[in-house]
Amino acid sequence: MEGGAGPVGRTGNPAISVRGLLKRYGAVTAVGGIDFDIAKGSVTGLLGGNGAGKTTTIAMLMGLVLPSAGSIRVLGTDMLRDRHKVLHRMNFESPYVDMPMRLTVKQNLTVFGRLYGVAHLKDRIAETAEALDLTHLLNRPCGKLSAGQKTRVSLAKALINRPELLLLDEPTASLDPDTADWVRSHLEHYKAERGATILLASHNMPEVERLCDRVLMMKTGGIVDDGSPADLVARYGRATLEDVFLDVARGRGKAAEDRAEEAFAEGGTQ
Amino acid sequence: MTIDAHTPAEPAAAAAADDPAYRFISPARTWAMVIRYVYLLKGSWPRLVELVYWPTVQMLMWGFLALYLSEQSGYFATIGSVFIGSVLLWDILFRGQLGFSLSFMEEMWARNMGHLMMTPLRPLEFASALMVMSVIRLAIGLIPVTLMAIAFFGFNLWSLGLALVAFFCNLFLTSWSIGLLVSGLILRYGLGAESLAWSLMFLLLPLACVYYPVDVLPAWLQWISLSLPPTYVFEGMRALLMDGVFRGDLMVWSLLLNLVWFAVGLFAFLRFFDAARDAGSLLQLGE
Repeated sequence: MEGGAGPVGRTGNPAISVRGLLKRYGAVTAVGGIDFDIAKGSVTGLLGGNGAGKTTTIAMLMGLVLPSAGSIRVLGTDMLRDRHKVLHRMNFESPYVDMPMRLTVKQNLTVFGRLYGVAHLKDRIAETAEALDLTHLLNRPCGKLSAGQKTRVSLAKALINRPELLLLDEPTASLDPDTADWVRSHLEHYKAERGATILLASHNMPEVERLCDRVLMMKTGGIVDDGSPADLVARYGRATLEDVFLDVARGRGKAAEDRAEEAFAEGGTQ
Repeated sequence: MTIDAHTPAEPAAAAAADDPAYRFISPARTWAMVIRYVYLLKGSWPRLVELVYWPTVQMLMWGFLALYLSEQSGYFATIGSVFIGSVLLWDILFRGQLGFSLSFMEEMWARNMGHLMMTPLRPLEFASALMVMSVIRLAIGLIPVTLMAIAFFGFNLWSLGLALVAFFCNLFLTSWSIGLLVSGLILRYGLGAESLAWSLMFLLLPLACVYYPVDVLPAWLQWISLSLPPTYVFEGMRALLMDGVFRGDLMVWSLLLNLVWFAVGLFAFLRFFDAARDAGSLLQLGE
């Protein structure tokens, strides 16, 4: 994938800009004062093990969780003060947040389309349903769909307002490889067509390597590394991003980095 | 909380953010939520039956008791219609609150709160939709029952005319105030607080003097009773049915108290909403 967000703090007019973002639940620090910028039109992966702070970070970006400290600007708007002014320009998808089960696909898309103030909603629903192969399911209750179909409906909801910023929380979790591949292709197509910015939390390393031009590695509420998938793989001296993930998760990141630097100093290629 | 370490917003972004449709409360988003609940009712006949079932059972039970009492001589003969009137007005109060709270809980049961609150929907628009739904749900349940009261017991609630409008408005305001408070508590503490939706209003049953005059209560309890907006409605209803007098002063008192109650309910709802955001519970509301 072409393009890419610059490193933290170097982007001009970022889609997302976070400074000193902190979230504490009592004595527990879920996110520990992180800073990052996400360039417009980029696809950024938020990687980390369970409890690393990815979902909390995304929830704070949407305004669903209030930070304990710090600031968030999304598409130029202060999310802590004016989030309702920008929410119609973004959307979110996660297989862990159900759509209302008793409403049909069409009813759900109608309600969310109206909430987002989508113009020519009937046409937009038809267009989105066709793009996501949902036309034949429009009158079926969401509760009677398979996991793959539900994910497509959830994605249709996320794209109904043609968001400039798309936040995804493990969008292909629990999908079979074929459906997961189909979803990734659709996301690539949407990004290419609309120039949208995508922030993606995932545990699926091949997915991140395929979709993302930048990765933020999170651990225990902090960002511990930042770079393109290829950079990270090279810097850690590993064969795949999954190996890098394991290094970071198991606390071997520094050692691996030292190895990489030593090898580089000795003239080896990484 | 904000640390201003950002570049200024782009002009285009600022213009998009200034779209008036997203700057103010939007009737269109409120209507979208009403449509969501209408879809739900249309697709579920048990929900529709439930709306009519309990008011019907109540009306039949208390209506026949009132009929029995009215067949007795003396004072009891005059209170039959008052009794049925009390049953119907209490049902407006109780069902109004239940209509508000149950629509709210549909989102909790569907775990849809996270989806909704990441749309441009504002808490006030959400609350407005719940109020509209409480009126719609009550109308579905109560209109057939008032017609039944005419057919079975010769009691025509609609004959109260403008007085009925005053009763309705005041009772709805109270039901929404309680609904806002209960919904806020459920939002903050999850479905563990669900039972409040069914039980909290019953605290008003003895205190608001639904079936008896305020002066039956001990003096210290009368003060509490008089701080409750519905007390004035039920007193007004008795004055109208027993003495043929519409007490506008009682309706004004009820309205003034309702405005205070509603402000408190709304404030609590918004505070609990922020508390839920602070606790991070909007994405995973459940038990």
